[in-house]
Amino acid sequence: MTIIAATEHFAGPPEWTWYILFYFFLAGVAGGSYFLATLLRYWGAPADEAVARIGFYVAFPATLLGLLLLTLDLKQPLRFWHMLFNTTPGQFGLNFNSSTPMSVGVWALLVASVFAAVSFLDALARDRRSRALLDGAVGMAWSVVGSVVYLFIAGYTGVLLAVSNQPIWSDSWALGGLFLASGLSGAAALLLLLSRYRSGAESTRGMLELSERLFTVLELVLLVIVLLTLIDDGTLGKALSFPWVLLWLAALVGMLPALAGLTARRFRVGSGGTLAAGRVQALVLGPTLVLLGVLALRAWVIFAAQH
Amino acid sequence: MATNIVPGKAYGFFTDTSVCIGCKACEVACKEWNQLPATDKGFLGESLDNTGTLDGQNWRHVKFIDNVPDETMGNGNGKPFLLMSDVCKHCTHASCMDVCPTGAIIRTEFDTVFIQGSVCNGCRNCIAACPYDVIDIDPEQDVARKCTLCYDRLQGGMEPACAKACPTESIQFGPLDELRAKAERRLAQVHAGGTSEANLYGHDDKVYGGLHAFFLLMDKPEVYKLPRAEDAVLPQRNNLGGYLGVVGTAVVAVFGAIFALRNRGSVARATPPPEAPPPEATP
Repeated sequence: MTIIAATEHFAGPPEWTWYILFYFFLAGVAGGSYFLATLLRYWGAPADEAVARIGFYVAFPATLLGLLLLTLDLKQPLRFWHMLFNTTPGQFGLNFNSSTPMSVGVWALLVASVFAAVSFLDALARDRRSRALLDGAVGMAWSVVGSVVYLFIAGYTGVLLAVSNQPIWSDSWALGGLFLASGLSGAAALLLLLSRYRSGAESTRGMLELSERLFTVLELVLLVIVLLTLIDDGTLGKALSFPWVLLWLAALVGMLPALAGLTARRFRVGSGGTLAAGRVQALVLGPTLVLLGVLALRAWVIFAAQH
Repeated sequence: MATNIVPGKAYGFFTDTSVCIGCKACEVACKEWNQLPATDKGFLGESLDNTGTLDGQNWRHVKFIDNVPDETMGNGNGKPFLLMSDVCKHCTHASCMDVCPTGAIIRTEFDTVFIQGSVCNGCRNCIAACPYDVIDIDPEQDVARKCTLCYDRLQGGMEPACAKACPTESIQFGPLDELRAKAERRLAQVHAGGTSEANLYGHDDKVYGGLHAFFLLMDKPEVYKLPRAEDAVLPQRNNLGGYLGVVGTAVVAVFGAIFALRNRGSVARATPPPEAPPPEATP
């Protein structure tokens, strides 16, 4: 007796590969960085400002690079603007198709890049001790709205895959959430990594560490949900087939530092306030592993469905 | 009798696979009329098929479904060699149109689905969405391409090249309502002949609101790599669930981050406070 009726897929692969993989990674990290930066600046302690600025510094170039990768992935890169403007004869005007996250995402990216650019310049101005561009309630409102857009950017990439007829991608509604949680943990790891190069960032590391752990737990829960939905649609075997299962395992390994609490060692400081010998290593290796896991997770989802 | 083709009326193909002989005249006629290059795919070694799949330069493909058993079978016990001239289905509810972000995919005055080559930017979202693996990138033009149902011929009052060339009338062109009635009559005839497995695929609205290229099949749709009616769903079905998943995750993540902000001491308890406050830290 067949209990589960597997969904049959006959759609061909769109051959979204390396450009898309790294775009998805950058979208997640940029989204998470902007969100964490906003949280630290407006709800954190004054000493968190140092890391907040790192977050704003990360979001803008990551978004620009992501846009470049998206453009390069097109078979006709010079027609990138066709996403925004309809060039059908007799139907000239703005393009927006709410049925596809690709169209929604392009507009969101455009809006996000404006938020990121202004926040980037503001961080630069603050570092140069000139007048901040985003002060007071206006600055707060700007960053909060920007954060909402950026949380969307980090997550819509998963929805984009789901809104298809591809095996694995279209079999789970949880990919968007999974990519968002993973992007947030990656952003926390990246900020942790970069905090080594910024004086005054030490006191924020506890928050980054804890948030990285919590985001990873959320990511793990969503990964389980994704697997359950794939069982339901009969595509789990395809998702965990060799060699793609190795990417899945790599994504799991990337979650280990946070889950096992290994990174707790990062914060043990010698009696004189100097870093313990192993701590510097942990401060680099742990977050690096997390970031590689974020990349591996996306690679697993992207490549396993298209083989 | 030649069909009088007028804009504003729905046209399509009825492909009767029971009379297809696998001659591939449709493939050749399609390539000739649409000036599609011959592609060397090497020797595929798959039955009598060396086209492989529909793609950006092969808009008609005769499928050879070879289920002939190795051992000798008695009369009536053998599995037939199934043949089917495959093509874009020109769905009423087309997945490709559903997800095209540039507006390149349009519905014509003949109710067919057409990709505007000058508008497409090669994002390949339509390829991910097409449930029939019809659309692909034409490597010479670097845009998505597929059967146009000979849009240019229709505008000139001519039937599509493949239907014109088909020697057994397996591919029939005409107004959809007429084709549907013809298909019902043919199905009854085939059933009366003893082939009870024969069925019509896409002639009614159960599959993507109705296909403008529909088929008389001699076996279940999935044998021909056509999704069952229950699996024939539009990509946009996942929009709501996907976005709700993102929103739910975002809400939990915001609370998580606030929790981390307030409880950072639980991690850093073993850590003495930093020796110097950060420079020019501002709230």
